[in-house]
Amino acid sequence: MKIVATFKRVPTTEAQAKVGGDGKTLDPAGWQYMASFYDEIAVEAALQTKEKHGGDVTVLTLGPSEASKEVREFLARGADSGVILKDADPAARDPRWTAKALAAKVQALGADVVFTGRVATDRDNAAVGPMLATYLGWACVTEVVALEISGAAGTAQRETEHGVETVAFSLPAVITCNKGLNEPRRPNLKGIMAAKSKPIAEESPSDAGAQAVVLSVELPPARKAGRIVGEGLAGVPALVDALKNEAKIL
Amino acid sequence: MQPFRQLDYVRLDDSLSNEEKLARDTVRDWVSERFLPLVAEHFEAGTFPMEVVPELADLGVFGPTIPEEYGGPGLNNVAAGLIYQEMERGDSGLRSFVSVQGGLVMYPIFAYGSEEQKRRWLPLMAKGQAIGCFGLTEPDFGSNPGGMLTTAKKDGTGWVLNGRKMWITNGTVADVAVVWARAEGKIRGFLVEQGTKGFSAPEQKHKWSLRASVTSELVLEDVKVPGSALLPNGEGLKAPLGCLTQARYGIAWGALGAALACFDEGLSYAKQRIVFDKPLAGFQIPQQKLANIATQITLGQLMALHLGRLKDDGKLTPAMVSMGKRNNVHLALETARVVRDLMGANGISLEYQVGRHLCNLESVITYEGTHDIHTLAIGQELTGIQAFR
Repeated sequence: MKIVATFKRVPTTEAQAKVGGDGKTLDPAGWQYMASFYDEIAVEAALQTKEKHGGDVTVLTLGPSEASKEVREFLARGADSGVILKDADPAARDPRWTAKALAAKVQALGADVVFTGRVATDRDNAAVGPMLATYLGWACVTEVVALEISGAAGTAQRETEHGVETVAFSLPAVITCNKGLNEPRRPNLKGIMAAKSKPIAEESPSDAGAQAVVLSVELPPARKAGRIVGEGLAGVPALVDALKNEAKIL
Repeated sequence: MQPFRQLDYVRLDDSLSNEEKLARDTVRDWVSERFLPLVAEHFEAGTFPMEVVPELADLGVFGPTIPEEYGGPGLNNVAAGLIYQEMERGDSGLRSFVSVQGGLVMYPIFAYGSEEQKRRWLPLMAKGQAIGCFGLTEPDFGSNPGGMLTTAKKDGTGWVLNGRKMWITNGTVADVAVVWARAEGKIRGFLVEQGTKGFSAPEQKHKWSLRASVTSELVLEDVKVPGSALLPNGEGLKAPLGCLTQARYGIAWGALGAALACFDEGLSYAKQRIVFDKPLAGFQIPQQKLANIATQITLGQLMALHLGRLKDDGKLTPAMVSMGKRNNVHLALETARVVRDLMGANGISLEYQVGRHLCNLESVITYEGTHDIHTLAIGQELTGIQAFR
């Protein structure tokens, strides 16, 4: 089985958001990067699928050359090859552009199944997975927390606001992975060394046309300082009064 | 506990390869998630968490530079150093466990052992299925190992060993001991297996340093070993000293890990602790302390990285390693003392890491060549005159 896992290189959760001088982007000074949390789950799903059904795993990303660090880590965990669609400014790409560029490469790779995270932790669009499936004309199952593939079909459980939904799908398919699907493995030192000889291709993405452009970025207003209305039991009446008459939530 | 933030004042990370960073980060995550939650309890109880040994083996940290052919991952020396740094960020006892297994047991078997010894022991040790210890120091011979009293006498095709070793990390839990003994006038290494008649390894208790590490005495009373127990390819004091050069290189990195842990803890404490209505970090004396130790750590990082690159190029000498071990352990101990002080009464609580590191480093500055002995090694290198005696 030809398995592809896509990921996005995003700022780590400790990165501080600060609006850049142009007012349209965030200032990346001092940021560290990582693979997006849900994409780690997608790569793990790809590796487990390979272990069960055979085949090979290609890790695919649209991003800068520096993403080779994350690709190497996935190769160390057991992926077989990596492809970076080199884009010096991936933060500027909108989901449609990204999905179209990824779709072209997925097609060229001849994939049977694509795993990706349910959402990237930086832009929070949750759109690339479904758009990728749309461009490919494939089945798409989103927010997957349990997965069973056999032959050219599978079943998956999706976690929704209304409860767990079980769906059947046929391959080829795009699966977007949610927390709970698996626990991503840690690489080991042997894997890290083995990854050195695995191929990482850097290519230019095919031009995916026009895209939405960010006009301005503003941080949310700073929160007002809190107020201590009293201490212990004696403070309760004042607190109830404030909740009733000021906050108006009681 | 907050996530660890490593001091990297001069962006040394930029000079590490992806593999080196990945090896470090992999071990760093493991130490944070799996080891740090356990260590304080083990330190208080005076035990090593043996339950982590299979996980260490899965990570592949035993003998990180041993080639794949013999069961190791075959990393370069910078990656190996970074692994030791992360281990000792956890605890000097953890790094000691790993250094002894890799640098002091797997290395001599790899460098001085027969093909049969290598094939038998190295894969088992890489998998953590056999634990090793290294017996060189004796009750009366620490800095002067050449004076050792332990003997090996020829007995048919085998040998009979007699003597005592002391301060031996992992002795009690080891499956195999590399024992150095005077054999026909020369110092030779022997692999003595646990359970061999006349061989015992009682644990040394009541330490207030390296408490999360097993330290033992090795007692050899007419211990008969076959001829195949002898390490055939190393003789003279240079053989055990060659092992120590490996382990000391690891300590030059490891000590940085302890220093980085203390610095990180001290810095975040100073920023959070409010005194006289502002953070402790906002006063000049704490800032001076932080500036001093950050500078020392940065210099130590530069030295360790450079020594690692030299080692990979085959240009590292034992005298250079002496400078690295001496300098970096000293700066780590100084860092621990300064941070302990900065943290006031909290600095003596095992709720924080600094006190544990401080106690541990009092051993690290003594073992594997004391600070003063390394001073004399550097002195000899500079002047050409030895001043040990």
